[in-house]
Amino acid sequence: MRHLLSTEDLDVATATSLLDTADTLKQTLLGREVKKLPTLRGRTVVTLFYENSTRTRVSFEVAGKWMSADVINVSASSSSVGKGESLRDTALTLAAAGADCVIIRHPASGSAHRLAGWLDEAGTQVINAGDGMHEHPTQALLDAATLRERLGELAGRRIAIVGDLLHSRVARSNVHLLRTLGAEVVLVAPPTLVPAGAQHWGAEVRHELDPELPKLDAVMMLRVQAERMHGGFFPSAREYSIAYGLNEARLGMLPEHAVVLHPGPMLRGMEIAPAVADSPRAAITQQVSNGVHVRMAVLYHLLAGEEITA
Amino acid sequence: MSRVLLKDVRPYGAGEPVDVLINGEVIAEIGPGLNADADEIVHAGGAVALPGFVDLHTHLREPGREDAETVETGSMAAALGGYTAVFAMANTDPVADNAVIVEHVWRRGREVGLVDVHPVGAVTVGLKGEKLAELGTMRRSVAEVRVFSDDGHCVHDPLIMRRALEYTKSFGGVVAQHAEEPRLTLGAQAHEGANAARLGLAGWPAPAEEAIVARDCLLAGHTGGTLHICHVSTEGTAEILRWWKSRESAGRVSAEVTPHHLLLTDDRLDTYDPVNKVNPPLRGDADVLALRQALADGTVDCVATDHAPHAAQDKDCEWSAAKPGMLGLQTALGIVVQTMVRPGLLDWRGVARVMSERPAEIAGLTDQGRPVAAGEPANLVLVDPEAEWTVRGAELASLGENSPFEGMQLPGRVVATLLRGRLTAHEGKVRR
Repeated sequence: MRHLLSTEDLDVATATSLLDTADTLKQTLLGREVKKLPTLRGRTVVTLFYENSTRTRVSFEVAGKWMSADVINVSASSSSVGKGESLRDTALTLAAAGADCVIIRHPASGSAHRLAGWLDEAGTQVINAGDGMHEHPTQALLDAATLRERLGELAGRRIAIVGDLLHSRVARSNVHLLRTLGAEVVLVAPPTLVPAGAQHWGAEVRHELDPELPKLDAVMMLRVQAERMHGGFFPSAREYSIAYGLNEARLGMLPEHAVVLHPGPMLRGMEIAPAVADSPRAAITQQVSNGVHVRMAVLYHLLAGEEITA
Repeated sequence: MSRVLLKDVRPYGAGEPVDVLINGEVIAEIGPGLNADADEIVHAGGAVALPGFVDLHTHLREPGREDAETVETGSMAAALGGYTAVFAMANTDPVADNAVIVEHVWRRGREVGLVDVHPVGAVTVGLKGEKLAELGTMRRSVAEVRVFSDDGHCVHDPLIMRRALEYTKSFGGVVAQHAEEPRLTLGAQAHEGANAARLGLAGWPAPAEEAIVARDCLLAGHTGGTLHICHVSTEGTAEILRWWKSRESAGRVSAEVTPHHLLLTDDRLDTYDPVNKVNPPLRGDADVLALRQALADGTVDCVATDHAPHAAQDKDCEWSAAKPGMLGLQTALGIVVQTMVRPGLLDWRGVARVMSERPAEIAGLTDQGRPVAAGEPANLVLVDPEAEWTVRGAELASLGENSPFEGMQLPGRVVATLLRGRLTAHEGKVRR
């Protein structure tokens, strides 16, 4: 694996290996007072964030530090980017300064691909930490890790992704990865939030949530991305909540074993009722926790280039 | 008065090779084995002789972005591509919405002298779509502007569009519309469909073009104005034009298609390389096939390049930040040969029709797009129909390097271009 740009690039062996590595790392660190492995000592990892983020950025930073990498954070607002420097020049500067890996979050779809193209020659590796509406592969990996912990193997499981599919990089990454791992995916959203062409993703597309609930092993709620919306995707927050919000009644329609996920940040009361978000059926904090181990695994695969064993 | 003798050419590709004697700016004689005193003899080796190409849609970037293209470099590319006249779009900086700017562009074209540069005037002040520009003043200027366009922007207000069609009617003007309903393409980055959905690029839906085309056909019919549709890109647009042109009182509506929309599809977006970013976007297979058919049967009148050079930094960036557009002048013929001639959709006479005669007619040029015949202006292009060539950026004269055809092998090579009897390009070199 040269870069991690998209879950579409992951075959079942690589995806499983990443998840297994994450699990191994989690077990290795469990109960340790000092969570530090020497694996990436001397390697320099840069997080280059052009969009605000708390959980993803912190997760990557913690992952890098627990692997003993030198982690440098660059944010668009406090760097030469703020002076108008292009992404390409920023990338080349980071490579010239010795970055082994650049983790990029950017509002433009495809920016991680472009970055990888510019950095290939320098040998700097790229991890896509969310590019526009395209992909967020480590989010999908941490979702899969969480689902594996809760449900066991994912082959044959039926998982719904609900909400703002149009603007969701999380949905795109999850569809690819869950299908690669053998799960059935059903996409549920109002027609205005389903991208034209989503029927080719290999997932079923539905517009009503309630009939799907009893058949699900897991439901992933998506954030409604108001900042990407230019208006008029649905009549009101109230109507959206009535039709697609995961409330306690709907939680009751799910099978007992079914899990609730949300990539956060959550719009409580609209996308998900507080009682659902805080219920034991929800794995939202577990997702965050697994995020660190998954990102450690990705860094390990990219920078150490070998399998890890327990 | 200089005399040029073209040996061994086949007008429109038909019949045995003949010689063409050019005396000054005019074709003096055509026939086999001409043996005349000539200042220059061009041995064409059986090349096809066509009227020089006319491009209704070129971006020369001067004034304002001379780092991307100038009238001079654009003229060089045009001459090398077989063009003898180009229409320079108005979206310069400052905008060509007044007589001063259009006269500047026109004068620069004359000074360079490689191709007739006809400035296109903006329809509205600053391309803002709010207030008509001084269309009549531009028409009466030395540049004698006849084609008006806000290209890059749609004249989306139906009342402004109606007024533009009505007003330009009085002096035979043409309103060239960039058909794009802006509310439907807000934030759009790529053709709305499976590829855009997969790549996370906001979709540019086909009806955004088709709705404006349908509306403007109706307005042209209602007002009696003359409408030209720029860069049609969808199957639906072709269907609307076919329907419109089938009416008895269709009015004056013409349309162009770009070479890239005849060849490329949105399958090319996978790498996110902005060299493939263009507006309207690259569409799907069905659109490409429909456009080829529409060009073949005359539903779409002509080929126009939408030659859109950009500076490196405006393309070597992330997709959404990149400016739309690609180079077109030097590759247009090769793509037309590949997509239209080789599959049998057009013969060489048809190439003359879509690349020279119809664009000249649409723009009201009387000295371009004329037959290859004695007494006619010697605006000509000679084409080697068998030549296969590989597009090399270094051989493209534009300052911009944004050609998606780089490295592609294309058929049909320009051997020579003549503007009013003077060689402007020969064997891949510009002639001054």
